[in-house]
Amino acid sequence: MKKNVYFGLYLVVALLAVLPFVVPNSFYLDLVIRMAINAVIVLGLNLLIGFAGQISLGHAGFLGIGAYASAVLPTHFGWHPLLAMGAGAAATGILAALVARPIFKLKGHYLAMATLGLGIIINIALRNEAQWTGGPDGMPVPAMGLFGFELSNDKQWYWVVALLLSVSVWASLNLIDSPFGRALRALHGSEVASQVVGVDVVRYKVAIFVLSAVFASLMGSVTAHYVGFVSPNFADFFHSIELVTMVVIGGMASVYGSLVGAVLLTALPQALATFEGWETVVFGAILMGCMIFLPKGLVPTLAAKFGKGE
Amino acid sequence: MSMLEVKDLSIHFGGVKAVQNVTFNIDSGIVYSVIGPNGAGKTTLFNLITGVYKPTTGEIKLDGEAIHGKSPNQLAERGVARTFQNLQICMNMSAVENVMVGAHLRLDRNLVKAALRFPGLKKRDRDLRDEAAQLMDFVGLGQYVETRADAMSYGALKRLEIARALAMKPRLIFLDEPAAGLNPKETIEVDHLVRKIADSGVTVVLVEHDMKMVMNLSDRILVLDYGKKLAEGTGEEIRKNPDVIAAYLGAHA
Repeated sequence: MKKNVYFGLYLVVALLAVLPFVVPNSFYLDLVIRMAINAVIVLGLNLLIGFAGQISLGHAGFLGIGAYASAVLPTHFGWHPLLAMGAGAAATGILAALVARPIFKLKGHYLAMATLGLGIIINIALRNEAQWTGGPDGMPVPAMGLFGFELSNDKQWYWVVALLLSVSVWASLNLIDSPFGRALRALHGSEVASQVVGVDVVRYKVAIFVLSAVFASLMGSVTAHYVGFVSPNFADFFHSIELVTMVVIGGMASVYGSLVGAVLLTALPQALATFEGWETVVFGAILMGCMIFLPKGLVPTLAAKFGKGE
Repeated sequence: MSMLEVKDLSIHFGGVKAVQNVTFNIDSGIVYSVIGPNGAGKTTLFNLITGVYKPTTGEIKLDGEAIHGKSPNQLAERGVARTFQNLQICMNMSAVENVMVGAHLRLDRNLVKAALRFPGLKKRDRDLRDEAAQLMDFVGLGQYVETRADAMSYGALKRLEIARALAMKPRLIFLDEPAAGLNPKETIEVDHLVRKIADSGVTVVLVEHDMKMVMNLSDRILVLDYGKKLAEGTGEEIRKNPDVIAAYLGAHA
């Protein structure tokens, strides 16, 4: 953690600035946007999983709350999209805080089960409240507008998402190298040691859980407006697992690992399309290979190999 | 008035009475040692006083305030620090960061300010890093400041725990076998270190098996055996106490 921690950030910003001028067509631009959106979600999730050492298998549920808030509130109640987005994030934050206290009395497998259950409950609610949510068919989302200016084409969305991603990387880097972040990493390293120096362990776990849930909710709203449509699949268990996989493949407790994981796992299904029927098999094999040969994740393993530390 | 008062303290784990009706007082500014054979309940006693375990019965008072049942972080707020017999180092952090965590309660822990990198917070962190580096120097780890904790030797990590505890600026510090597993040279260094800590005005409570070190450092000694208080007194009194001799050397010695 020396002066060059921000070097990677500059690289990310530079890359984001150049990308839209080099991508060949709108298909790739769309892919890049979805990568960036996933990267922000995975950054938040990595703070929880990688840095604080807690697991959540229900994060897609929070994503779903944000997405559906942005769909339902403007459609049925005529709310402004930004207000709906904020309401979704606030609701997610409150829900996460309410369930987090009892959940974080649990550890390991029990915590995984509890968050899994929470995600499934949210998904079921979204499927069943068909009069509001369109049920399993999903529903369209109105466009995002601000002061009469409407976000409509992919280029505009790209710059919004690129800005969000840059700010998230910057904030994550700041957070982990601060008193708050050190307390998080310390309770991961040794819970009892962090307690005896004064860290209120449950409070910190709750705080980071709520933060990463709100991150997910906000990005759920962004995705909903960008895609223009939401469906319950967006909030299902497999999406939660996909997000956790991005954290693990990219590298736990690594900011840049989050980005690599998100980019890789968003791109792989597209890249593997040439295998036709076998794409899921190849996908699975790649994941297994990663875990066997790079158990700490891509970025930390490679960083260690080339002697940089992080 | 004594700084720490322990009265009729007991804890049972199922049928095992790990600590039974132990009573003692610790005056401010002294080195107080707890000794006894393995399994006597020394570490359990530490865990009770520092809030890791809740006592079954009995009371603990710090400066007259009842503290039994309080959580470890609440005790940390009252200036109680400790180290662990089995190392509790955060291996996912660098050595100096481990020490910096010790200063947790003295810092601004605001999440938003941290994420937005408020200049005041950042400056405080830089000062803290220097302070932590000085503390590492104080415990003899000056050359390890930037080292990753998982790359350090056992003996160095033992002292790193002490540096982290000192970063709290505690009034009362519990050291659980600081010299366990160390070679004779390192043991002497720890001996000097504990002396320095005591001289700086911190009350030290020590669990240690190295009798030379205990006799050397302690103002008073508490002897535990099978969870019960066997004796208490100055080093000289303990050395001559027939019960203590029997417990250590066997009843027929």
